[in-house]
Amino acid sequence: MKATAWMGTDSVKVIDVPDPKIMNARDAIVRISTTAICGSDLHLYHGYIPAMRKGDILGHEFMGEVVEVGPQVRNLKPGDRVVVPFPISCGHCSSCQRGLYSVCENSNPNAGIAEKIMGHSPAGIFGYSHLLGGYAGGQAEYARVPFADVGPLKVPDDVRDDQAVMLADVFPTGYMGAEMCDIKPGQVIAVWGAGPVGLFAAASARLLGAERVIVIDRFPYRLRLAEEHLGAETINYEQADVLDTLNEMTAGRGPDACIDAVGLESHHGNTAMYAYDRAKQVARVETERPFALRQAILACRSGGVVSVVGAYGGFVDKFPMGAFMNRSLIMRTGQCHVQRYTRPLLERIQRGEIDPSFIVSHRMPLRDAPKGYKIFQKKQDDCTKVLLTV
Amino acid sequence: MDRVDSVLLPELDGPVPATLPSTLGLLSLALGIGALVAPGPLARLTGVDDSAAARMVIPAVGLRELGSAAGLLSGRRPAGWAWSRVAGDAMDLTLLGRALADRSGERRHRLTLTTALIAGVTAVDVFAAVRIRRAQQARARMIRMNIGVTVNRSPAEAYRFWRDMENLPRFMAHLESVRADDLRRSHWIARGPAGHRVEWDAEIIDDQPNKSITWRSLPGARVPNAGRVRFVPAPGDRGTEVRVELRYAPPAGALGRAVAKLFGEEPEQQVRDDLRRFKQVLETGEVVRSEGSPNGISVRQQAMQRPAQPLPASRR
Repeated sequence: MKATAWMGTDSVKVIDVPDPKIMNARDAIVRISTTAICGSDLHLYHGYIPAMRKGDILGHEFMGEVVEVGPQVRNLKPGDRVVVPFPISCGHCSSCQRGLYSVCENSNPNAGIAEKIMGHSPAGIFGYSHLLGGYAGGQAEYARVPFADVGPLKVPDDVRDDQAVMLADVFPTGYMGAEMCDIKPGQVIAVWGAGPVGLFAAASARLLGAERVIVIDRFPYRLRLAEEHLGAETINYEQADVLDTLNEMTAGRGPDACIDAVGLESHHGNTAMYAYDRAKQVARVETERPFALRQAILACRSGGVVSVVGAYGGFVDKFPMGAFMNRSLIMRTGQCHVQRYTRPLLERIQRGEIDPSFIVSHRMPLRDAPKGYKIFQKKQDDCTKVLLTV
Repeated sequence: MDRVDSVLLPELDGPVPATLPSTLGLLSLALGIGALVAPGPLARLTGVDDSAAARMVIPAVGLRELGSAAGLLSGRRPAGWAWSRVAGDAMDLTLLGRALADRSGERRHRLTLTTALIAGVTAVDVFAAVRIRRAQQARARMIRMNIGVTVNRSPAEAYRFWRDMENLPRFMAHLESVRADDLRRSHWIARGPAGHRVEWDAEIIDDQPNKSITWRSLPGARVPNAGRVRFVPAPGDRGTEVRVELRYAPPAGALGRAVAKLFGEEPEQQVRDDLRRFKQVLETGEVVRSEGSPNGISVRQQAMQRPAQPLPASRR
């Protein structure tokens, strides 16, 4: 089959690889119809996530048709159209049973490696390095889906591929970012990053009753999408001082909750500030550039919530612990527990409360994946989200 | 019996290393006191009573024996003291050899007998010194670990799966097979790198249903080992804390290196991974596999695993 493979930093290729096989009794094989390139795939593309090997198949947002199931899969049958959550979750460990699917205790066969960096291992993730399991990804013609009796959600005919595939990662992740803010009527929510996750976080904050949503980014076309499609207010951090502007917008309080939807490859309006962390990152003194995170902590109103759904891999320098502690802030984080959200969000789509396909800017065949990565990386041609069709 | 250290391993804790030094010490003590209290009769008995030097040499030998006795009975550095006895034996044999050259008749007869006796003692001393040193080296190499995992199953379920020893290779990467001979005894085969195979017999020496299992290798194992697994209800209704205490003494030499490789650079990591797979099997029904780890418990893959860094290009 054809699959998108990581070939080294800034290099992906569509190559021929063997078809996936059933390896465990609870596996299913899915023939992929639509898959997407995620912002966190760019971290792999840029070489920031360790334990990638040449030839690893990328992709953790995908959907398609079940073509084969293992003997222990009873809820799916060949022919079912499903969307597959990106965390691989066994459903039986105590984390899964408490709904913490992205910290499944069983799904990372290389947990020992992850423990060295993170203390405990999170769940395995499709196409996301050997640190997180060494699972083949879904930017391919077929994918093996472990624990298929737990994760995949059947998609009704009235929901289109370009809507459903958003349930694999970006929509639930943005939604969880907003949910963790514990939004109450009258509240102001600020979102750093107007990529797909940031836009869904802003949209979800609205769905959950926020009075005002403020989106911070540097690309005018993405900010325009937030304004026109979601009715959000926006700040372009290359043109205005974010802390001053937020203080002004909230009459000195600061936003009630701040969502970091940026993660480890953040940018800064000030070239010197950017260069400082970028240099340390290159020297591996720190692994992340946490501008958005620092700013979110400083901006947040005292006693407010900092909700982190942007992806981080390792260690952060100059974490403003003084502000965080002295001002009674609450931080909530996590890779999205996607399985918790797929059904309720599917129902919101069916009820017409949101059409998640609004973020899709590019559609291309799988064989053009390398072009898709390049466009998304460079933010060319007003790119927000690339869908690959198979 | 709360620690697995108190489980006896016959090769390491058996009577030989524990009592040999003190037996030799008592022998030295008797000889030393004899030589100091009755040098005259001793000289006659050994056949050197015609020499004036003997009256000086025999008490000196006695003092040396008392020194050895004190050292051996103190229990510190038993191998060193055992070897010091061998050195003393060599000195005695040299002296006896020189005396033998000058004697004839009845005295020569007695001297020959004494020499033979001391040669015998020397052999025993060499044997003891070698045994004591080997046991000490094995003890120094001994690997001990205490590792636990929390499994979302009842103690009874976890116990039942483990108690069927033939299940163990399903999650222990280095085990090729375990055959239960009866309810207590089992035969274990571990396969390591380069076709090295280690086999041993083990017995369960304590079995408390749903609580704990304690086992040890039987005498003759080339890698003596003992262990205990306890199944403790986890607080807050979170299943079972499966706590494994393990110790084993890899031999020296090529087999030792193979055994070390078998357990990887970090033996504890290997056991932790084994326990993780035990959890996987109990909770999900199978060892979890991915395209990057297709075998789940392949020894080769375990050996190649490098924590926290991608494999170098040459090993991809």
